[in-house]
Amino acid sequence: MRKVQRLAAVAILLKLVCGSAALAGEVVEVKISDLAFTPSSVTVQKGDRVKWLNDDFIDHTVTGNTGGVDEAVAAGKTIEIAMTKPGSFSYYCRIHPNMTGTVLVLDK
Amino acid sequence: MLSFRKSAAIALVLPMLLMPGLVRAADKPSDAQIAHIAYTAGDLDIKAAKLALEKSKDESVRSFASDMVRDHQAVNDKALALVKKLNVTPEDNETSKGLAKQAQDKSAELAKLSGAAFDKAYAENEVAYHKTVNGALQSTLIPSAQNPELKSLLETGLKIFQGHEQHAEKVAAAMK
Repeated sequence: MRKVQRLAAVAILLKLVCGSAALAGEVVEVKISDLAFTPSSVTVQKGDRVKWLNDDFIDHTVTGNTGGVDEAVAAGKTIEIAMTKPGSFSYYCRIHPNMTGTVLVLDK
Repeated sequence: MLSFRKSAAIALVLPMLLMPGLVRAADKPSDAQIAHIAYTAGDLDIKAAKLALEKSKDESVRSFASDMVRDHQAVNDKALALVKKLNVTPEDNETSKGLAKQAQDKSAELAKLSGAAFDKAYAENEVAYHKTVNGALQSTLIPSAQNPELKSLLETGLKIFQGHEQHAEKVAAAMK
């Protein structure tokens, strides 16, 4: 009985550890509203995630200026991208190229 | 050169049509007329995009055309909901009739083209069309709108269509 209790305790501990590991890294929000990314420039740490929330009634995209990333953000929806590489990530909306933004990713 | 001339002709005709004197004798367009002009302009671009989706095999042209259908439909849905809410009956007028006639003529020209010639003509016309509609929104339609909700929707529409203009310029530049 005591062995079962110990195993259960280990299982709970593991779950807590794994849970906190999954949450490692902050989520930084960028709102898409009235045809603009707000804030247009954010700074995050490597491993953080950026979440774009589209409040407009039309679809947008998060498209890297130098290729690689091209994610649709449907009206009223959100997307998240993990920032795994340090450096500056400049992006725009492919449908409305007048919308631009930058994510500066700092190395930890 | 010919397609440039045609695009330029449309670019010249719309501002002329949007001159207040032609919209309504010696007066600014009414909200009912503005709503109809804006809706017509969007609807005509949807029709042009649908033609492009029928005729073009170019990925960038097809992607742009799909974006135009989706965006202009979303804006027109908002416009319809707004006129219903405001209990305004969109009023046909010389400007919307002129726009429809010009678009019909352009559509007939485009329908005769195919392949790269069609893609180039469509992309160039989209640049000219959005440039002209945006100019009309800025100079006539937005300043003339009386209802704040209509004015706000037109201002949002202008930002959307300015994006389309830049997008069309990129597509057209890639065709050269």
